Amino acid sequence: MAAPQIRELPSAEGLTSEDAAASSPMAKVWRAMWGNKTAFVGLVVLVVLIVLSVFAPLIAPYPINQQVGQPFTPPSVHHLLGLDDAGYDVFSLLLYGLRISLLVGFSATIIASALGTLIGIIAGYRGGIIDNLLMRLTDYFLVIPLLPLMIVVADLWGATLFHIIAVIGLLSWTMTAIVIRAQVRSLREYMFIRRARATGASHTRIIIQHILPQVMPLVVANTVLNISYAVFTETALAFLGIGDPSQVSLGTMIEFGFQRGAITDGAWWAIVPPGLLVTVIVLACSLIGRGIETTFNPRLNLAHLSMRRARLIPRPPASQNSRAGGANGTSA
Amino acid sequence: MRSKGDYILRRIASAVGTLFVAVSMNFLLFRILPGSAAVSMAHVPGAGPGLREALTREFGLNHPLYVQYVLYLWQLVHLNLAVSFYYHQPVLGLLISDLGNTIPLVVLGTVFSVVFGVLTGIVGAWLRGSALEHLSVVPALAFYATPVQWLGLMLILLFGSVLPTSGRSDPFLFNPSFAQESLSVLNHLILPSLTLGLVLYGQYTLIVRSAMLETLCEDYVLTAKAVGYSKPRILRVYALRNGILPVISVIALSAGFVVGGAILVETVFNYPGVGLAVYNAILNRDYPMLQGAFLILTVSVVLCNLVADLIYFRLDPRIS
Repeated sequence: MAAPQIRELPSAEGLTSEDAAASSPMAKVWRAMWGNKTAFVGLVVLVVLIVLSVFAPLIAPYPINQQVGQPFTPPSVHHLLGLDDAGYDVFSLLLYGLRISLLVGFSATIIASALGTLIGIIAGYRGGIIDNLLMRLTDYFLVIPLLPLMIVVADLWGATLFHIIAVIGLLSWTMTAIVIRAQVRSLREYMFIRRARATGASHTRIIIQHILPQVMPLVVANTVLNISYAVFTETALAFLGIGDPSQVSLGTMIEFGFQRGAITDGAWWAIVPPGLLVTVIVLACSLIGRGIETTFNPRLNLAHLSMRRARLIPRPPASQNSRAGGANGTSA
Repeated sequence: MRSKGDYILRRIASAVGTLFVAVSMNFLLFRILPGSAAVSMAHVPGAGPGLREALTREFGLNHPLYVQYVLYLWQLVHLNLAVSFYYHQPVLGLLISDLGNTIPLVVLGTVFSVVFGVLTGIVGAWLRGSALEHLSVVPALAFYATPVQWLGLMLILLFGSVLPTSGRSDPFLFNPSFAQESLSVLNHLILPSLTLGLVLYGQYTLIVRSAMLETLCEDYVLTAKAVGYSKPRILRVYALRNGILPVISVIALSAGFVVGGAILVETVFNYPGVGLAVYNAILNRDYPMLQGAFLILTVSVVLCNLVADLIYFRLDPRIS
């Protein structure tokens, strides 16, 4: 065991066992999302996009595998976003593209987050030489430029949808692992973990029962940020010609716009919407992720930081409840 | 001081370690993955039997994997990165001239993003709590969320009629003087580096802003306020120094992202750098070129990280 430094956590961070029983960290995540205006906006946007993509076949006004008019027809009442270079309806393509992009984003993120959390927990909990080895590995992956690496792997492996998901997922776990490890390392020394260990709980049980719930908010924040990264990377790979040719994604739509003269023809409607949609996805995810992070880092919310109102504003009364709950009033 | 030397040595050792991992990965990926061009390394399309035989010998393609690995390292030490399938020239020479084009692009983009990001970050911290704060934070987030290639295309749509959008310089200049040529090169750099700068600056805004806000709640800032120093003075003397420090480590950390961005930007603007070489290598199934470009990009990122680490070490006396 590492140096037995016993610390009791300040309850403001909600990490003592009593506090955990009162309101689990995940419950706080939900409350944070409802309470934090920006996080809430992000959540709503993301949910709307998911619904749109799930019901794409019902919503899309035209089939996406046949020409429905003159190529590069500008937007009109019949075609909300006009037609692309092959005379396909851009709005319908957009819905189906959103589907694939979100599919890639979510699947790759599940892989990345699971891998990152696993590595982070093992490294942080075991410590010692395993920690050393895993963190060395993480350091390497942190430095090696990921996009070129993904290009190489995906190009050599063959650019099918599954391979692209796997490549993005298997290579973007580093940040999650680092963040989780740091959290687990400090958790390990806390009272309630030590108590659990003293009562004879197995390592697996401690990890699943006590550590995992406490790191969950961080995992969620990182997962949401990872989604945006994965969606982003999918468009980049597709733009470089590494995309599944049988699937329309937001990335391939941008690529087609570029390759097939939408720019030179001034057909902005074929190329503006997919990029804008990617921006919206990424923005929504970062709003959610940042909202959760702010909730768990209350230092960012002190009102007296304002330079314009440089006079001192008294801190809220330091009773335990108001401090623990203070995070929820962030946007107020 | 012993600890100082220790720190520097450790950073260098780590950089060398990373390079070794990258090189090994570079070797393994191209030999092991299905569909790779391992065997066709010597099958340069259209090459004579002499070249093939020479390559087979140099890279030991008829030997087991570990022999190939040693030979690969051996050739690498001698700066032999094989021959491009497409251009029928040594990869290294091609990539070095590409690198000469990429460096100005990346440097210009980074400088723009750092200057602009630090300025908007200061404004964001300064305006904390006011409605105007959003003017600094929202565009920063939005540009950060924009796909690089798409932003480039948007800039082409907007400014394509005013500024050159393709290539390194105007190929139709007749017998240009040095000044004309440089002007043309600079002109062609504007849009690509602006694209890169715009997608990069957001993170600096956010980092500078939050670092300054953290500093502003330190007790010594409170003391300074109590003493009655003016707000600009508090910002400049107390907050800014601490606020700028993380920028250096972020520059280093985002080097990988910059490289990714450069690949996309160069593709959009048809700018003949290493990134475009990557793109063309994918198009032409030019594996040695892809392998070489990946190596060069990785080496550059690792070196940037090392340099940033050492600079950070000099600037922040707390590290030992």
